Amino acid sequence: MARAAVATRGTSSKLTRVLGLLALAGIVTTFALGLSLPRTVEQHEYSRLIAIHPALAEVAYLALGVVSLASLLYLVRRTRSRLWDLLAGASAEIAAVFLALTLVTGSIWGRPTWGVWWAWDARLTLTAILLAVDLGYLALRRVPAEIEARSVRSAVLGVILPALIIVDHFAVDWWRSLHQDSSLEDAKDNLGTPFLVAMFVGFAAFTLLYAWLLVHRFRLEQLEERLEDEGLAVALAERQAEATTDRPRPPVRPELAEGARP
Amino acid sequence: MWRDAALVAGKDLRIEGRSRVTTNQVAPFAILVLVLFAFALDPDRGVLVKAAAGLFWIAVLFSSLLAVQRSFAVEATDGARDGLRLSGLDPAGIFLGKAAAVAVQLLALEVLLGVGVVVLYGADLHGPLLLVMTCLVSTVGLAAAGVVYGVLAAGLKVRETLLPLLTLPALAPVLLAATRAWETALGQGVDSGWKWVQLLAVFAVIYVVAGVLGFGPLLEEA
Repeated sequence: MARAAVATRGTSSKLTRVLGLLALAGIVTTFALGLSLPRTVEQHEYSRLIAIHPALAEVAYLALGVVSLASLLYLVRRTRSRLWDLLAGASAEIAAVFLALTLVTGSIWGRPTWGVWWAWDARLTLTAILLAVDLGYLALRRVPAEIEARSVRSAVLGVILPALIIVDHFAVDWWRSLHQDSSLEDAKDNLGTPFLVAMFVGFAAFTLLYAWLLVHRFRLEQLEERLEDEGLAVALAERQAEATTDRPRPPVRPELAEGARP
Repeated sequence: MWRDAALVAGKDLRIEGRSRVTTNQVAPFAILVLVLFAFALDPDRGVLVKAAAGLFWIAVLFSSLLAVQRSFAVEATDGARDGLRLSGLDPAGIFLGKAAAVAVQLLALEVLLGVGVVVLYGADLHGPLLLVMTCLVSTVGLAAAGVVYGVLAAGLKVRETLLPLLTLPALAPVLLAATRAWETALGQGVDSGWKWVQLLAVFAVIYVVAGVLGFGPLLEEA
């Protein structure tokens, strides 16, 4: 049995506890730094979103990158392993969360700066398309089918992902561009050191959060798969044990017993 | 590979020729979409002419979903997929053949829809070369991507609902690029339109390569 390879109780370990604490400390620092940033003339309080919004987007792309890399490693025969498939699945789920958070924080930021919740800007549109693509990928992974068949299919989808991102990027970029330049360039030119520091602490904190979530989700998927594998065998053994041992049977309902009167 | 592709394409087109599903169901559906757009957007306000390019390509996109679904529905019954797998045909050839058959049907639909856009919406054709090139290149991309996603969803219990969810976001750049190119060709655009054709070509190449490389393992697992 694969018992040794899988955490038997829960999904946490020393590694995840350290990662989790570091991520928590990082996020607290990010918020502290972000909230202590000075107001800017054009964006007032909202410029403080720079501490989290670019970091969320960066992690979303990182997660999608992990999806396609793991998918590729799964498809190549020499490196094929269930673990890559599980890693891709875990990363794709976290990517969906971070893409959605990117859209939400971007929307909150866009309202005061652009005057609208949603603008058909290149990068917004790209993020929205990617979220849709990612949801499609996750839907494919949820389909009831043989594990092997499902894994190959989702891996092919994962491998196409980077090409899709590149084409989408050019398509929406030529279509329209309203977004300010990449926050990084923007920050370097216009904003002071505090903004840069807050942004980079944000990058680090959310990347740690991603790593922490990824390990937990990955182990959970391992456990789920083991449950599927062993669940049937365990259930069968239990039923057999019930039939052969003379354990007390469930009480017969008296009203159904022979001769019972209403 | 090319011979196998021609065989599969010939088979699929013969099936369509005899069953007439494309001509009797998909083509009327495409025209119906154009008519529904006219109901939704008042024809008197000139919105239809301005939006003609986009509406045309949305109609093509929806029809391509039906064509792809059909392309794999014919393999689903009577163990046809097992036959295909056991036939010894090159998987890359099967992919190219199925994509070619879908592309031929889509091109026929595009001609029909093009006439529809001119007649029903009163659009003017300014750049015939750009129109035709856009159609050709994006049809290759639509057919290749459609068949890749078609085989991804093939054989699953939820394929009818899964296919649009997988396909439509992936085809978003085609809709974007083809619409911009057509806007120029219909005299509504702002740029020359040709850079969009290049982008469509890149898209087509990506999915043709993905299909040629990936169809074998996908067909095995389908």
